Amino acid sequence: MKKTIVGKCLKAAFVGLVLLLLYAPILLLAVYSFDKTDMIGKTEGFSLAHYTALFSDSKVLGMIGNTFLLAFVAAALSTVLGTLGALGMFYCKKRVKGAVHAVSQIPVINAEIVTALALAITFVVVGIGKSYFTLVIGHMVICTPFVVLSVIPKLKQMDNSLYEAALDLGASPFKALWKVILPQIIPGVISGFMLAVTLSLDDYIVTVYTRPSGFETISTYVFNATMKGNKHTAATLSSFWALTTIIFLLIVVFVIVSNLTSLRKKEARR
Amino acid sequence: MKIPRFSRKTLCIPYAVFLIFFVIVPMLVILFYAFTDRNMHISFSNFIRFFSDPTKLSTIVYSLVIALITTVICLVIAFPVAYILAHSRMKKKFVILMLFVLPMWINFVLRVNALRELFNLFSSLDGLEGLANANYFKTVFGMVYDFLPFMILPLYTTMLKIDRSLYEASYDLGAGAVTTFVRITIPLSMPGVMSGVTMVFLPSMTNYVVSDMLGNAKVTIIGKFIYEYFGTDWHMGSMVALVLLIVVFVSTWLSGGFKSEENVRGTTL
Repeated sequence: MKKTIVGKCLKAAFVGLVLLLLYAPILLLAVYSFDKTDMIGKTEGFSLAHYTALFSDSKVLGMIGNTFLLAFVAAALSTVLGTLGALGMFYCKKRVKGAVHAVSQIPVINAEIVTALALAITFVVVGIGKSYFTLVIGHMVICTPFVVLSVIPKLKQMDNSLYEAALDLGASPFKALWKVILPQIIPGVISGFMLAVTLSLDDYIVTVYTRPSGFETISTYVFNATMKGNKHTAATLSSFWALTTIIFLLIVVFVIVSNLTSLRKKEARR
Repeated sequence: MKIPRFSRKTLCIPYAVFLIFFVIVPMLVILFYAFTDRNMHISFSNFIRFFSDPTKLSTIVYSLVIALITTVICLVIAFPVAYILAHSRMKKKFVILMLFVLPMWINFVLRVNALRELFNLFSSLDGLEGLANANYFKTVFGMVYDFLPFMILPLYTTMLKIDRSLYEASYDLGAGAVTTFVRITIPLSMPGVMSGVTMVFLPSMTNYVVSDMLGNAKVTIIGKFIYEYFGTDWHMGSMVALVLLIVVFVSTWLSGGFKSEENVRGTTL
């Protein structure tokens, strides 16, 4: 009996320690984001200076906007393309299905930089200048396969006879797709979309190789500012503490809310 | 004139076209560039030039060692975490799993920047000045920090699927905790280990953002070559990319082919 209590404590301590490792840097920034200082380790008293600096710098605001708009556009297009692709693949012959699936897996398993370099060179060879279009294509290449992967399991669970029934009852194929198949696979479509948003927000490498000149996202901006590392960037860098904190808090709120709503749903079902 | 009956297969066409243009064609372009020289003549000179350069070779070895150490550390940390979570009877274990995944939703450049600030703070303390120049240590630490969730998730999902009755059978047949762990838990977690290892090993060879930001730009990994060649010599860059591509294909093939992998990031959504 005693042994299991010690074991439980050890287990909890281990998990706690790993979590601490993951969160220490973020929490450090969160604490210092509410301080006047530009240097971590030197406290100068509470202030919201970093937050006001963040929201008054039009360049920083522009790049935040760029990041989220790009993620939304790329994810929406990927979701449409990926959902249609998954549906089509599902009804293809086994050979075709296997081939499409294998090619679709390439961007998933490939190193991001290889995908990025290949795209960048191809755009030049074909003669397409880098533009917002190439950037969106780049993001779609890394996002769409994940949408396909999250839709396929839902297709497998789907009741196939419902589509046939809809056709027999006189629905057009498109109507049947929209009214019968889509509602059955919608959870997979939504999680594919969320996944695509996350992947696009998190991306640095593909963005760098496919973006038009002058286009900045959060990751390219922070990376450049960090690598330059002069006096001027110290102020910019410290406003990123505020940015990191805000994103972190948004995520925490999102998770809590989604947990609560799912709990409510469970309660309601009972 | 008869309109052909709509077939659901046709829905696949846009995606297939997209894949041909933006996945297959780029790979062929890379293949072409890798085997041509600057005058577009077919040649193996890129390979010969690259692999006969001792500084390049030593960087490759360093990069492989960094990736290997990162992967092993991730595995050593992630295995117990996944095991504990998969076996805990806690009601709220989903929340704890969520805590491991949450940081992934912050852009990784921001996260690595946060870690950088933490290292700066520590290296300003007495007795820890050495940390400022411990570039390799910081790089490996950063990669473990960044890629750990990629190891935990596939391990956790695989372990969760292991049939509980196998453990009971093992105990009933007289095996102790250690034997059960070695003969049941480890072999049945292997698919998760394989997919976790590929998820960690490859990025830690190629994600030069981490090594640049934490290694004072003194640590070079294979991915950085591609970045440098992109500005100077596409043929050499494509050659390095092709080598990485081959490594990916071989390791995927060895670990069970192109089956649909655990959808790592998607499992929690």
